[in-house]
Amino acid sequence: MARIIVVTSGKGGVGKTTTSAAIATGLAIKGNKTVVIDFDVGLRNLDLIMGCERRVVYDFVNVINQEANLNQSLIKDKRVDNLYILPASQTRDKDALTKEGVGKVLEELSETFDYIICDSPAGIEMGAQMALYFADEAVVVTNPEVSSVRDSDRILGILASKSRRAEAGEEPVKEHLLLTRYAPSRVDRGDMLSVEDVQEILAVPLLGVIPESQAVLKASNSGAPVILDEQSDAGLAYQDAVERLLGNEVDYRFLTAQKKGIFKRIFGG
Amino acid sequence: MSQSALELKGSAFTLSVLKLSSLDIDAVASELGQKIAQVPHFFDRAPVVVDLELLQGEQIPFEQLKETLESLRLVAVGVTNADEEQRSAAKLAGLAVLTKPVSSKASKPKPAAQAAPPATSQPAPMPQEPARQETMVIRQPVRSGQQIYAKDSDLIVLGQVSNGAEVIADGNIHVYGTLRGRAIAGAKGDLDARIFCQNLQAELVSICGHYWLSDALQETHWQQAAAISLRDEKLTIDALN
Repeated sequence: MARIIVVTSGKGGVGKTTTSAAIATGLAIKGNKTVVIDFDVGLRNLDLIMGCERRVVYDFVNVINQEANLNQSLIKDKRVDNLYILPASQTRDKDALTKEGVGKVLEELSETFDYIICDSPAGIEMGAQMALYFADEAVVVTNPEVSSVRDSDRILGILASKSRRAEAGEEPVKEHLLLTRYAPSRVDRGDMLSVEDVQEILAVPLLGVIPESQAVLKASNSGAPVILDEQSDAGLAYQDAVERLLGNEVDYRFLTAQKKGIFKRIFGG
Repeated sequence: MSQSALELKGSAFTLSVLKLSSLDIDAVASELGQKIAQVPHFFDRAPVVVDLELLQGEQIPFEQLKETLESLRLVAVGVTNADEEQRSAAKLAGLAVLTKPVSSKASKPKPAAQAAPPATSQPAPMPQEPARQETMVIRQPVRSGQQIYAKDSDLIVLGQVSNGAEVIADGNIHVYGTLRGRAIAGAKGDLDARIFCQNLQAELVSICGHYWLSDALQETHWQQAAAISLRDEKLTIDALN
């Protein structure tokens, strides 16, 4: 049975798709057969971040409507073995996702995959609820900023009340907090909420802290998940997060502001 | 303004529930008769609801049952947990069909309001306050956008109440995590309702419609353990330590 992990946030633009791509890639590198599904029907982005936009033939909605089978629509990643992408449809809207349809696709994927990563759309409407409904675990992506924290709290409430596990009265969805775009120097200045502040408000175990990094934008635009960039602190922080997701204990890095030395200035960081 | 001849409104009463496990009405009558003989005036003309949970699918002789209860000086008012057929049969016999009881513990006998208290020598259940239900206990955090309402009861939240969440109770509210959202106690007008919390950072606290916003709360006991009550129609905050 696959572990179904939803990457969600409530708020838009906090890094859900970047995180989905990075975590899926990281899990696959570790030898787990992984598929990442884009639930953002109508605003297809994941394929761009994964750099496979020119290879999309059939999509998630085609599979749900039984216009194509899974083998036809799954895109195999060219860089990493064991990694597959199931893209969203760009020409449809969220109503194309039905509980029965999504459930059937996830069930079929569960038979052959170790991990299913669901990249949720922003918001708390049908699309987002569909992405989290079948989840066993949830990675809640939050920026260290009050409105993002408030929206994450809202989505945590929905996870606890409207997921399949909640409705069936099973063990609740396992929650993880992933703090992204973290800038220790701004925290020191008091401009940004600290890790402790966010954790105190949300009361969810911390999966990782991804520092604000130029590498993320570069990775998005070049279509290579940032976790593959081993020179960047964001990439390394995602690698740590994947280790923690796999149950390994890793120390937290990049939580304090670093004084840039002369070499850092020259070679970047 | 013209005076209306009547006022029709809903109200909750505690009723005795007679849970039948046998169709043998004579056996029921003798067993029930013995029970009543122990506290005769306690059951005098007491209204009784017949619970059919254990007799699903059976044909109940409602007329006979009614007469039996009548002879024991009980007033059969209705049935509960009845299946489709039992419902129509009960209606034919002139009994009301009640929905399932709200609380499973609501089966304690309750004397009519003017009935004398039971003799002290006999161990009889104490008369209850009208319709206060079991305390509601919430074990998970109450998140933004969630609303919890403890109807006719106290509410205990073991975790936190987030900003944008709302906890409401007709009785008291206890929050053992941080209270950041809204807490509304005594929602039906209980002036003695209180709010207790381990860490007061609420957006709003209200008792019986008297409320304070977080601005007013900042001055005293902010981020501390506090008890909020109504004294002389004014909200009062006391430290809890």
